[in-house]
Amino acid sequence: MKALVIDDSATMRHIVADILGGLGFESSQAANGREALDLLESGESFELACIDWNMPVMDGLEFVAAVRARRRWRDLTLMMVTTEGEQGQVVRALAAGAHEYVIKPFTPDALASKLVLLGLLRGEQVP
Amino acid sequence: MSISAGTFTFVADLVRRCSAIELPAGKEYLVESRLLPLVRQADLAGVDEYVATLRTVPHCAEHDRVVDALTTNETSWFRDFTPFQALTQHVVPTLAAEHPDQRSLRVWSAACSTGQEPYSIAMALLDCAAGRSVQITATDISREVLGRGRAGRYSQVEINRGLPAAMLVRHFARAGTEWELSKAMRSRVTFTQHNLLDPPPAGGPFDIIFLRNVLIYFDLATRREVLGRVRAVLAPRGFLLLGATESTFGIEDTWEHVATGPGCLYRSNTRSSA
Repeated sequence: MKALVIDDSATMRHIVADILGGLGFESSQAANGREALDLLESGESFELACIDWNMPVMDGLEFVAAVRARRRWRDLTLMMVTTEGEQGQVVRALAAGAHEYVIKPFTPDALASKLVLLGLLRGEQVP
Repeated sequence: MSISAGTFTFVADLVRRCSAIELPAGKEYLVESRLLPLVRQADLAGVDEYVATLRTVPHCAEHDRVVDALTTNETSWFRDFTPFQALTQHVVPTLAAEHPDQRSLRVWSAACSTGQEPYSIAMALLDCAAGRSVQITATDISREVLGRGRAGRYSQVEINRGLPAAMLVRHFARAGTEWELSKAMRSRVTFTQHNLLDPPPAGGPFDIIFLRNVLIYFDLATRREVLGRVRAVLAPRGFLLLGATESTFGIEDTWEHVATGPGCLYRSNTRSSA
């Protein structure tokens, strides 16, 4: 399975991609929502996008809304991975169309458990 | 029950050395609850005595078991997920069809640790068992984990572990750096200290028993004894949910496996019940 990791921090992109790699995902990376949209528009397909909230050019919430507005990307699973941890922000992200929400800091098994919820991983695959 | 500072330091050092996982001060309850099954198998009186024996010998397989106990089977919300699908999609509809006049649903979450399992059950049953009063009995041998369960407050790291975001916003509120479960959800769960080798807790007979990732820590004779006690307090044709790697096979032949896809779901095939 293929994942798109969207975060303006290269370090965080590598951490998330490493965890996903351990779970059998092949990852591409984008530094903001606009770069991620460009990848999608170029025809690359992904099963999962892990999305930071605060990024330059296009933030994570705008990216979620842009993806949800396009029928051709309706099968892409959207998971916020962000430091934004207020209840109202989780509500906003879900209302915009995000499927799941992970608040930093997180552990690798937390990310894996969310992928189980999303049907992208089986329970026995969680390390 | 508690453990000495020396015991905790030794175990924390061992786990750190072997797995790089930190057990900061305040995690004494975790060390105690995870090591108790090993203490029982070694037929010793307590965690302090068990660890004292480990300190006198070079690193061996028993030390590895301690590390495994502390680093695996972390409790999480909706753990493995499929048992909760089986609960809402098969168990509750089956019980409703077989007992249409029954207005209550009694559930026992055994070895519940800090409460994630019984509260996950409460959240899962909120919609699918509407019209029935749900009573969940949650038990563990450690008073400390029960206290945490009763409080219903969880750190961000604990919340991230398997709790669906939709459930987070529906049932929790921010409480400083932690999240607090709603009073409505907490009121559905009664926490009680209980050793699985003692007579069953009050609150039964139970329609559904969660006994997940517990039997694996016991020898065959103890598994048989525990399953017998569970069967006696399970309502006739009630459901038993075991962990993903557990089975009643070869322990007791009075159980039938229910094929519902992934998930270890069983029914007692005897109609005699306490």
